[in-house]
Amino acid sequence: MKYVTEYRDATLVRGVVDEIRRVVTRPWVLMEICGGQTHSIVRYGLDQILPPLIELVHGPGCPVCVTPLELIDKALLIASQPDVIFCSYGDMLRVPGSDRDLFSVKAAGGQVRVVYSPLDAVEIARQNPDKQVVFFAIGFETTAPPNVMSVLKARALGLKNYSILVSHVRVPPAMHAILGSPDCRVQGFLLAGHVCTVMGYHEYPSLAEKYRVPMAVTGFEPLDMAQGILYTVRMLEEGRVAVENAYPRSVSFEGNPAAQAAIHQVFEDCDRTWRGIGMIPMSGWRLREEFAAFDAEKRFDVGAIQTKESPLCIAGQILVGMKKPHDCSAFGKECTPEHPLGATMVSSEGACAAYYKYGR
Amino acid sequence: MTDETINIEGAVCPVPLTHNEQIVLGHGSGGKMSHDLIVKTFLAAFDNPILRTGDDAAPLEIDGAELSVSVDSHVVTPLFFPGGDIGRLAVCGTVNDVAMLGARPLYLTAGFILEEGLPIETLQRVVASMKAAADEAGVQIVAGDTKVVERGKADGLYVTTTGVGVRRAGNRVGGAEAKAGDAVLLSGPIGDHGIAVLGARGELGFQSEIQSDVAPLNRLIKAMLDASPNVHVLRDPTRGGLATTLNEIAAQSNCCITLNEQAIPVHPAVNAACEMLGFDPLYVANEGKLVALVTAEDAGRVLAAMRATRYGEEAVLIGEVTGEPRARVLLRTAIGTTRVVDMLAGEMLPRIC
Repeated sequence: MKYVTEYRDATLVRGVVDEIRRVVTRPWVLMEICGGQTHSIVRYGLDQILPPLIELVHGPGCPVCVTPLELIDKALLIASQPDVIFCSYGDMLRVPGSDRDLFSVKAAGGQVRVVYSPLDAVEIARQNPDKQVVFFAIGFETTAPPNVMSVLKARALGLKNYSILVSHVRVPPAMHAILGSPDCRVQGFLLAGHVCTVMGYHEYPSLAEKYRVPMAVTGFEPLDMAQGILYTVRMLEEGRVAVENAYPRSVSFEGNPAAQAAIHQVFEDCDRTWRGIGMIPMSGWRLREEFAAFDAEKRFDVGAIQTKESPLCIAGQILVGMKKPHDCSAFGKECTPEHPLGATMVSSEGACAAYYKYGR
Repeated sequence: MTDETINIEGAVCPVPLTHNEQIVLGHGSGGKMSHDLIVKTFLAAFDNPILRTGDDAAPLEIDGAELSVSVDSHVVTPLFFPGGDIGRLAVCGTVNDVAMLGARPLYLTAGFILEEGLPIETLQRVVASMKAAADEAGVQIVAGDTKVVERGKADGLYVTTTGVGVRRAGNRVGGAEAKAGDAVLLSGPIGDHGIAVLGARGELGFQSEIQSDVAPLNRLIKAMLDASPNVHVLRDPTRGGLATTLNEIAAQSNCCITLNEQAIPVHPAVNAACEMLGFDPLYVANEGKLVALVTAEDAGRVLAAMRATRYGEEAVLIGEVTGEPRARVLLRTAIGTTRVVDMLAGEMLPRIC
């Protein structure tokens, strides 16, 4: 397949890995932010061919994993209402709330639909004027443009029966929180290529400078990943701190200005709780007051929510790179993809699910 | 940005959801949840040595006759999709399950559950398609049943078919027969059916020309068995895909199956659709493909026989059976690393981004 096969070429990948081996002289700990990249690393077994001096730890960039329990419980309550069609990205259906998941709601008669784009949810709203259609707008900067476009489109169509349940999170505040933690082991970052495609990477040089941590914008194919690692290791070895772009075919410094404008038109920064991690100040987006009519949290009064988490799982420590999935006593035993204890096992982008699926 | 940092001590995660109390869609995925349901509910109640073989068809011996019997219910939306329809699926699915024990399928029965309001013309089209598929497979539909349910109680129509066939004398073909050293053969590119049906539902968001591969494989199997007495395992990788099927075989035979990623054929359009949706073709359903485990010495002869048939033209060698680790499927990736290929867990879900 054009533009994919080339980036999975074994000879090219091994060439870059050889270069990494030539450059590296000391142990380094790198974090890939994005769950899609964690998945790539284990799917292609990149960690097996990297020099042992390089340790990859997995970051919090799995939108499904970090969506707060309270929001999921709200989603479950809204989806259970008789006149609601609840639309979601597929991954979210399996994520457990305090006592059930969207699959259970569906099985109990709730109208839960998997959509591939929030614009499909807008279309469902247009076709079902007698129903309330709610889209579960989760994710990082990557999914923000389509999510805000759905609101803008619903407004343009004059739809009164469309709303979104927002749980958006942003990468830079999470990196700030990880780097500021006294336990932080991360010495270099692979920045999430899809996030940077939307946002550019102008937010990162100040972060790199402040914590003296080099970063490379990195794509998702094995060759992209190897290149991102090479750029970061080279900076570390040379004692340089900068943000370099190892994914220029998709990412520019400025990013996509039209997408950013749409995001800022509809969303504003807010504090956000990350599941398994806790509250990170100004790490999320919520709808601006102007768009309050499209806010499912305001449209549906679901009351005070009592949440309940299992104490067994160490997802939080995995999400910030302190632990690896097999450090968890429940991994592969009490906790499997069919019976996930933690969100990191639920989502295909979650580090635990990736480790389990690919047999680490 | 503030200078607050996060406290990850005491970070916790959700309680398990076992879905032990009600059926969810994942129980029908063909993966681990389906397997659990079978073991804990059906096998627990019906337990007997024949059922315990765990193959797609039951091997029976009645007064010296060696038979293969299987049943399959078919529910698909939409009823008609590129490359096939529920009728062709209902015939081919059962013909294939019967044939996977190395048997010659002979007779089918068909049970129809019809939803009030279904156009008779639709039913006639499905029935005509069943007749055409049965003729192609060389089987007869010899008994049937019809029930009508109220509107809203079924999705147009459901078809259940039962098939019976005669096994070859002396041929032991089954999921538990894999031997170390066996070659793993695949009859053609994977993932066509699953993606074709998704496309027909309008769920891809783009046009595709992918056709379902739904086909009767009994003539292909006959050619393979004529070519070699050393075909150990035959299985059609339907729901759950190639990955799940091979895991079942690895578990039944207590062996390790190692695949060569680059040898596994996938049509470019299927690959593209999978890349966009976050699916792995190894887990996407097929309805006209089989995987065969054959002694290494006979692999070339069997491959040649497969390629001489209509539904085996693109047959390839994709791996081999090794000893350790037992009950595992491994994949040698394009970049030369090795990873485990697990069963499908529950419902296959598109990824968020």
